[in-house]
Amino acid sequence: MAEKKSAPHSILIVDDEKIVRDSLTKWFKQDGYRVEAAEDATHALKLMAEGPWEVILLDIKMPGISGLELQKRLVELDKAAAIIMITAFASVESAVQALKEGAFDYVTKPIDPDHLSHLVANALKQRTLEEENIKLREHISDVSKTSDIVGESQQLKKVLEMAKNVAQTDTTVMLRGESGTGKELIARAIHANSSRRYFPIIAVNCGAVAESLLESELFGHEKGAFTGAQYRRKGKFELADGGTIFLDEVGTISQKMQIQLLRVIESKQFSRVGGNDVISSDFRVICATNGDLEAAVKQGIFREDLYYRLNVFSIFIPPLRERRYDIPLLAQYFVHKYAAMMHKQVNEISAAALDILVQYHWPGNVRELENVIERAMVLATPSAIQQSDLPFQLAPNVQSAYGESLSAMERAHIESILLKNNWNISRSAEILEIDRVTLYNKISKYGLKKP
Amino acid sequence: MSSILIVPIRPVDHAELASLAGPLEASFHLPAAIEERNYLDPSFALDSYRSQFNSTAIIVKLLERFPHFDGKILGITAVDLFVPVLTYVFGEAQLDGKAAVVSTFRLREEFFGLDADPKLERTRLLKEAIHELGHTFGLIHCRNYDCVMHSSTSVEEVDLKPTDFCEDCRKQFVHAD
Repeated sequence: MAEKKSAPHSILIVDDEKIVRDSLTKWFKQDGYRVEAAEDATHALKLMAEGPWEVILLDIKMPGISGLELQKRLVELDKAAAIIMITAFASVESAVQALKEGAFDYVTKPIDPDHLSHLVANALKQRTLEEENIKLREHISDVSKTSDIVGESQQLKKVLEMAKNVAQTDTTVMLRGESGTGKELIARAIHANSSRRYFPIIAVNCGAVAESLLESELFGHEKGAFTGAQYRRKGKFELADGGTIFLDEVGTISQKMQIQLLRVIESKQFSRVGGNDVISSDFRVICATNGDLEAAVKQGIFREDLYYRLNVFSIFIPPLRERRYDIPLLAQYFVHKYAAMMHKQVNEISAAALDILVQYHWPGNVRELENVIERAMVLATPSAIQQSDLPFQLAPNVQSAYGESLSAMERAHIESILLKNNWNISRSAEILEIDRVTLYNKISKYGLKKP
Repeated sequence: MSSILIVPIRPVDHAELASLAGPLEASFHLPAAIEERNYLDPSFALDSYRSQFNSTAIIVKLLERFPHFDGKILGITAVDLFVPVLTYVFGEAQLDGKAAVVSTFRLREEFFGLDADPKLERTRLLKEAIHELGHTFGLIHCRNYDCVMHSSTSVEEVDLKPTDFCEDCRKQFVHAD
């Protein structure tokens, strides 16, 4: 039904008979539609420029280009238009052909007015729903965009490039990288760029679920399968049907589960715990590990066949200390994130504080950086995060250059005490609670030199 | 001063036609008169293949018949009306124009195999007459179910709507007048 206030709905009438064009035009105008009429294909195609037309009433039988042929061309110009074919007599064959080509419906002349008004109302309704659906899908795509992945470094760009390329395929992906590097974010980015994006991505942290529960977590269970199984429950593989399953910390699963996992990945079929029915599920596997799977394979802890099954396409996500270029960007990103969440007028990081952040070796990677910024945001006063807002452990440390071993720590500590005491050996030895000879030995061992 | 001229198109029930004048005057605040002598014979508009009368042709004829009348012309008939592309119409009007025509044919209970109900049928005729005249005043169909300008392609829908304009349509109608 036509609305008086919002923009009127639009209808294009294409019919070679003037009387049909005139009476339909009048009929729809009284209903409040914006109506135009064309007597042939040429005129109709010209009028498409004045569209969009929500509904097109199209006569199947016209001289020159037939209605069926015109229908194809109109659809090429505007896929969204709901096309209703008009046939002079019940020529079922051509009507069926029109429906196959995507027409919304067809009517036979003369048209029952009651039928016509309902038909047009339904066509408009369907068109509205389709448009809404497209909008919502676009919205979902926007939401699932990989906006949480921040960085400009070459290393990260390479990772994203690989993720984008592999996303289009259905290949199993293995994500390698230290804890906190953002393996799950990359997994979600792959899913969001794949054709499976309108289906779920189900994440399972294999390391976080007790061995005994992992089986029912992954495959589900039937009621009464074990004590406490009061209801039938769908497993993660079943929930991931059509979508992606993300197996985090896949290196931690037991030998028994490895066999089961291998079978499911190969056959895409499984049974719930305590059940006999074979369930099929169409899923893509993305797994992640921060451990050395190759070593585990050598030691016989991780099955070789499963390893090859999973390690089809592997993406290594570099640790944060190998892409320091991204630290200021990430830090700034988290500052904005938490400023918004905490409603705090803190939008910057002081140069000194940023220096510390860039130099730190970030064993916990991006996750650690985020936590550090969150903590600093709690303490910070407008308008910038200062050095003093950062956790104590982050105070300038030299050990980063030499690694994390005990001897590296010792070297760095001795060096810093010496510096603080202006290389006064006696005082430094006293503070370190070692004798002077030992201190001299360590200085020569580590090759420390007075600046 | 404008007025409404009710023209019989034979065959038509004269008593029914006469019952329209008063309510139409009340609804449009215009004098309504029945054309007693110059009735119309619609046989020229008959489509013998369809056994129906072309309402568009009737409207053309009404305009020819009363070329100097400056009010609204409303033809009433008992014959079944159609416009070429549709199977039937209850009536037809010129949008923002001069002439309209309404048929009682499909407003009759007998048409649906039921017993005649003169009171109900008169109300239906009045609704359709006001509706078509509304079009001649430039009103289009109204979304509001509680308005005589609501589109109705079945008698059930005619019965649902009132004989009055909704507030919005009434306002437009006053401005158009």
